[in-house]
Amino acid sequence: MSLLNIVLFLPLVGFLLLIFTPKGNDQLPRMLALGISLLVFVISLGLIGPFMGSTIPEGYQFITDSPWINSPPIRYHVGLDGLSLWLVLLTTLLTPIAVLVSWKSIGHRVKEFFAFLILLEFGLIGVFVSLDLFLFYVFWEVGLVPMYFLIGIWGHDRRIYAAVKFFLYTMAGSVLMLAGIIYLYNRAGTFDYVQILGQLQSGRLVLSSQAEMLLFSAFFLAFAIKVPLFPLHTWLPDAHVEAPTAGSIMLASVMLKMGTYGLVRYSVPLFPNAAHKAAPFIIGLAVIGIVYGALVALVQPNMKKLVAYSSVSHLGFVVLGVFSFTQQGLDGAVYQMLNHGISTGALFMLVGFLYERRHSLEISAYGGVATPAPNLAIVFLITTLASVGLPMLNNFVGEYLVLQGASQVNFTATVFAAVGVILSACYMLWLYQRTFYGKASESLSHHMPDLSAREWAVSLPLLLLMFWMGIYTQTFMPPISAQNARILQQYQQQQNRPQLAVTPDRNFSASEVANAR
Amino acid sequence: MHQLWLIPLLPLAGFAINGLFGRRLAKPVINAVAVGSVLLSFLWVLKTLSALGVFGGGESVLEQAYQEHYFTWIQSGSLNIGVDFAIDRLTAVMLMIVTGIGSLIHIYAVGYMAHEGGYYRFFAYLNLFMFFMLTLVLGANFLLLFVGWEGVGLCSYLLIGFYFLEKFATDAGNKAFIVNRIGDFGFSLAVFLIAMHFGSLDFGTVFGKVKDMPVESSAGWMTAIALLLFVGAAGKSAQIPLYVWLPDAMAGPTPVSALIHAATMVTAGVYMVARSSEIFLHAHGALEVVAIVGLATAFFAATMGLAQTDIKKVYAYSTVSQLGYMFLGLGSGAFSAGIFHVMTHAFFKALLFLGAGSVIHAMSGEQDLGKMGGLKKYTPITFATLLCASVAIAGIPPFSGYHSKDAILAAAYEFAPWMYWVGVVTAGMTAFYVFRAFFLAFFGEPRWKKAGHDKHEHGKHGHGHGEPHESPASMWIPLAVLAILSLVGGYINIPKWLEPMFKLHEEAPGTEWTVYVSVAAGVIGIALAALFYLVSPGIPEGLARTFSTPYRWIYNKYFVDEFYDALVVNPTVDGSRSLLWRVVDAGCIDGAVNGVGKTARAVGGILKRMQSGSIRSYAAWVVLGSIIVITAMSMAGGGK
Repeated sequence: MSLLNIVLFLPLVGFLLLIFTPKGNDQLPRMLALGISLLVFVISLGLIGPFMGSTIPEGYQFITDSPWINSPPIRYHVGLDGLSLWLVLLTTLLTPIAVLVSWKSIGHRVKEFFAFLILLEFGLIGVFVSLDLFLFYVFWEVGLVPMYFLIGIWGHDRRIYAAVKFFLYTMAGSVLMLAGIIYLYNRAGTFDYVQILGQLQSGRLVLSSQAEMLLFSAFFLAFAIKVPLFPLHTWLPDAHVEAPTAGSIMLASVMLKMGTYGLVRYSVPLFPNAAHKAAPFIIGLAVIGIVYGALVALVQPNMKKLVAYSSVSHLGFVVLGVFSFTQQGLDGAVYQMLNHGISTGALFMLVGFLYERRHSLEISAYGGVATPAPNLAIVFLITTLASVGLPMLNNFVGEYLVLQGASQVNFTATVFAAVGVILSACYMLWLYQRTFYGKASESLSHHMPDLSAREWAVSLPLLLLMFWMGIYTQTFMPPISAQNARILQQYQQQQNRPQLAVTPDRNFSASEVANAR
Repeated sequence: MHQLWLIPLLPLAGFAINGLFGRRLAKPVINAVAVGSVLLSFLWVLKTLSALGVFGGGESVLEQAYQEHYFTWIQSGSLNIGVDFAIDRLTAVMLMIVTGIGSLIHIYAVGYMAHEGGYYRFFAYLNLFMFFMLTLVLGANFLLLFVGWEGVGLCSYLLIGFYFLEKFATDAGNKAFIVNRIGDFGFSLAVFLIAMHFGSLDFGTVFGKVKDMPVESSAGWMTAIALLLFVGAAGKSAQIPLYVWLPDAMAGPTPVSALIHAATMVTAGVYMVARSSEIFLHAHGALEVVAIVGLATAFFAATMGLAQTDIKKVYAYSTVSQLGYMFLGLGSGAFSAGIFHVMTHAFFKALLFLGAGSVIHAMSGEQDLGKMGGLKKYTPITFATLLCASVAIAGIPPFSGYHSKDAILAAAYEFAPWMYWVGVVTAGMTAFYVFRAFFLAFFGEPRWKKAGHDKHEHGKHGHGHGEPHESPASMWIPLAVLAILSLVGGYINIPKWLEPMFKLHEEAPGTEWTVYVSVAAGVIGIALAALFYLVSPGIPEGLARTFSTPYRWIYNKYFVDEFYDALVVNPTVDGSRSLLWRVVDAGCIDGAVNGVGKTARAVGGILKRMQSGSIRSYAAWVVLGSIIVITAMSMAGGGK
């Protein structure tokens, strides 16, 4: 049994254990969830091993490939590469953090809450390691259900509306993706991603350009809703505002990455020509999302909505990087997925801390928090600075690489995207000023204790990673870079296939070709 | 290896100690850590430079940059960005200024901040600033320079908003950060273009390649790079149209104004342009823009300085104006003259601010010139040192400002005579408003006696309302040192030292008179100030009444802030709120989504009949559905 299977199925075991814990004892499920999620995290560290050598191994590691359902032939095929490695680790890191964050704030139906949280981890890891399209789809939906309940049961006032909106939006996209998956199965005779990709690349399976575009669109819609890409983003602010803190953390940090991961893993390699054709359009949407998300974030009176719209802006960078089809763009995009997971996860966590103290998400209910809670103010400040892309913190590296890559392809888009960087400073600093600076009111000071030991314990790992990923990128980047180089290489080969007569509607500069090597 | 990394890392260590444990440390310990770390850094600079032979005075010293590589920061495809530090002649000058002046101001701050809350926080930020500023000048590639660049901006933000209970202070901090971000926007675009065209961001590689390229006669990408770099410089160094943050930045404690907003950080833009001189020399159009923007800034900021009533604001506009001078020098092709002025300006402007701080300290927090007066006999040391600084900035020989300003104006004359003349008028105005402030503070009636001086207490010097008093030794010793530097600093021949990097500007024969004219302008400015504010104090009011419209414009700083608010800030915020959020997001997109939802519910109303609530009928539906799916799959599969 490979390490990856243990990491994947341990949360499922945990879920079952949690379900069968006796009612009435709230402490037991907490401890159990924490124990399991920590254990999963520790074990998952072992996954890094093969990727840390001086040469990054080619292809997938920790492969398990065995039949699951005989007819139609659906396989349990999982594996890990430089793209999925860090996303799995992000999931396993954030789950115990989400458990600890919910330690006190979840007071009713405690057992179920932690059960769903751990089930969510199972679904999310599954999405990132599946190499069979049907398996991927199953995990994609498995992740949806616990999140639906996390919002719908433990959310705030309008939780039902938000949960249903979240569910329907995502379902609308994933149904189309399922249709695409079934079509691919019919053509290729297998759901196995590696085999389908091999058939496409060797020319044994040729998609007409129309079919390719339709398939691309079906997959893309599912992913774009999940990212979310403008204008498919309106479920996100509602979902975040209504979700409990742990739900927001998992949603922003990991779940949105399902979309961007799907773009890199499936959309670009499977349908390179369609991706190439659609790229200018998608880049346009990404850039609109960057600026639009930032502008709308600027005027939000609600903290969680503000952070949610900032996510729309930040994830626009990821999409921009992917569809630049340059080494820097892709590297930056994948790095930015992780960065966003760390810094926005931390932001939602900190907003949750504020909410637990003051029971309001309205920015106007705050002001002067820095005086009674200086440590909270410092942690929030560092996270804010990470979020606005200050160098030596993580987001800078991702944003820089994305913009550097995009500038080689579409300088105009880069200029507009860079405006988003200015705006991020505006909305985050304004938020910070209105929340932490000024004189604290009497009632606020009384209900604003500084960080507790438990809150420190969940903040410190994230702070550490913000600096680590900002300063010593060499720990994380080589596996990502190696995998992206392979994706790009395959992409270029597809582009150069003569029988597919690609219209040269975009000029590739020599430097870009050089980068791809 | 000369362990260059120690130079910035020492202040960073100071920051870490005071930042993490400062709340529990005694003041003397905080002082020792904060001042000690910067002094050690200064000593390490001295040691390193002397080991490199800088003080030996050899011709060939540091003709090639000395570089150290530590580790790879970012590696993606062919792009490799290392954490590399380098010293060349330009960096050597900047290192001396930053650590030297930085040490003096840290010492001064010990006295100045003695009665302030958040003491450890202040010194932690100040040390962090030193770290970033030293990274900025030591970094051997554009991205590392950018690290320092953004980092000093952060510290500036934190220190402007140091009194964070006050809204005007945090507003000013936000403004500084955001306006700088606009500049950084240009800088980062320049970085993208550089990496794109040269495949590298290392100074050595990029400038080496630029050298072999033809000079761009019409605007091309080299000009674009140069202009975008200059946008960055205009943000950091407060040039038109991005200067608006600097006057507001005076909300920070005065040592901050001296160190960050006068002597070091705001000259980072000048440093960056000088560092990229090779690019600018290959883009003449851009160079001309630098000169014109610099000159315009110098002139307009000087006019705004004429009517300010807050002593720090006077010096703030003077800083903007002097930075304009530096860019005039750079734009005229006299890069070394610009850097020369960076140095002398660091001496006398740091002194002006520290002196102003001493005055404010003496007045228990009062900053309004209208409530000062007659301080000469109460604060003799401050009086004498501020006199040195004022004469120096007025460009009177042999004081330091004269040498560097002369070098800039000579270059400007050669570049375009009209620029020289505007520069001369500006020099006259500079002398006038600096001495206006000087006379208003130290001479005449002691206006504080009747006014009572406890209004503007954001300094919160809560110790008594007695007579003004001279500052403690930790404050006046730095003043004295800076006074000496302001006097003799002009004899450090920076242009000669930088000659291997920037060709020396030969003064054209027959233009010696330009020196006399500019000195005369300074003298006239001082004389007018004396006439207006010492001899017959009625004149300024009369003039203000006669020229009421221009006076109102100048007094209100040409309404530029109001203009920006009306043109950029308010439309952005209002448009985002009422159009993007409420109409596009909530109205259009969500409206459509909810519309689909409603339709679906209507359809669902029909389908509801299938939901009979009986398990058996559900099971039937599930079976039926499965059959349809499987049939569809096998039919489609059969067609393969």
